[in-house]
Amino acid sequence: MTVPAPPDRHVIIIGSGPAGLTAALYAARANLKPLLVEGLDAGGQLMLTTMVENWPGFRDGIMGPDLMADMRAQAERFGTEILESTITKVDLQHRPFTLTLANERTLTTEALIIATGASARWLEIGSDRKLSGHGVSTCATCDGYFFKGKPIAVVGGGDSALEEAIYLTKFASKVSLIHRRDALRGSKIMQDKAFANPKIEFVWDSEVAEVKDVEKGEVTGLVLRNLKSGALTELPLDGLFIAIGHTPNTSLFRGQIELDGNGYIVTRDGTKTNVPGVFAAGDVQDHVYRQAVTAAGSGCMAAIDAERYLESLP
Amino acid sequence: MASDKVKTFTDGNFDQETKNGVVLVDFWAEWCGPCRRLAPTVDALASEFDGRMTVAKLNVDENPAVPGRFMIRGIPTLLLFKDGQVAETLVGLASKEDISRLIEKHIS
Repeated sequence: MTVPAPPDRHVIIIGSGPAGLTAALYAARANLKPLLVEGLDAGGQLMLTTMVENWPGFRDGIMGPDLMADMRAQAERFGTEILESTITKVDLQHRPFTLTLANERTLTTEALIIATGASARWLEIGSDRKLSGHGVSTCATCDGYFFKGKPIAVVGGGDSALEEAIYLTKFASKVSLIHRRDALRGSKIMQDKAFANPKIEFVWDSEVAEVKDVEKGEVTGLVLRNLKSGALTELPLDGLFIAIGHTPNTSLFRGQIELDGNGYIVTRDGTKTNVPGVFAAGDVQDHVYRQAVTAAGSGCMAAIDAERYLESLP
Repeated sequence: MASDKVKTFTDGNFDQETKNGVVLVDFWAEWCGPCRRLAPTVDALASEFDGRMTVAKLNVDENPAVPGRFMIRGIPTLLLFKDGQVAETLVGLASKEDISRLIEKHIS
């Protein structure tokens, strides 16, 4: 009979946005020697932003990428080990849990904190994905530069759509904001800013039926469908930015952990999932608040929950 | 700092540098968060494929002509050239393992 090998880690954290890094900070300070696996989009959604004006403590705002660099350094200062890799497979049915990295190395851990966040949602009309990087984008701060003096559109009606539209007016000659309804969902302050911007034009009650021109390999215009009349119109332009919300990054865990109808991890009693020892924090389990500060808060909770779980083990 | 194995391409030297062999070009800019994230991966690829392939970066801010010619409207974008022709296009982030696999297909 062989004695099973001890787990590699007490706790592993997957994800490196505000939730993951705050969980790492607290776990490191609790002497749990956490390992954090960064994932592909290291730093999370704040890496795609410019000035963050609602992170408490920075009265003049802070650049998203700078905030994430500081959070990372702070987590490392207390002993978090950060792995620049991605997880390709997890086994949460057996204990300790086993994670497989992109290079096929495996790691075992007693507790797991999932903070894999959410990624921008696409229109899923085919033509949008095909023209990704050739005029269709989900990242205004990355790609706005390529549309200097050109007409473009933003799809969406929430705060992020308004923020992107306003940001893009720095480059574009005109920004058409396409929204499915006849009123915006975004906050009052963002709506006022958008309505006051002379470069933003609103296209109400409409959805994108097609992005042209896949054959040419570049964006030449949109086919818009009016949802009230059903009428199709063409809008010639050079670029399309999609800001219609996010989908949680949970495909790795499907079938092993309870997810809700939209794919979010179900948490109860703090950050606990239905698998004891597995905790979830941030946007991967929150489709309501979705703020950097709430993600960080739940990351802290997950670290404390994981610490208590580890203490309760025989 | 970028690895010394990674070359710097410009609008001026691009055609000359990509004419022969297999060349991986990383289109990037200072203000692009994901580009910064991809940089260490590109450095690592330059070491992994040292002697078998050229790896280079092109700053799209300073060199607008080449990205215009290849209709690049988003970064980071990686283009893999084989004897001056585009063999692979990769938009956005990808893992080192995935990029390596793509490169291997074109290196005999």
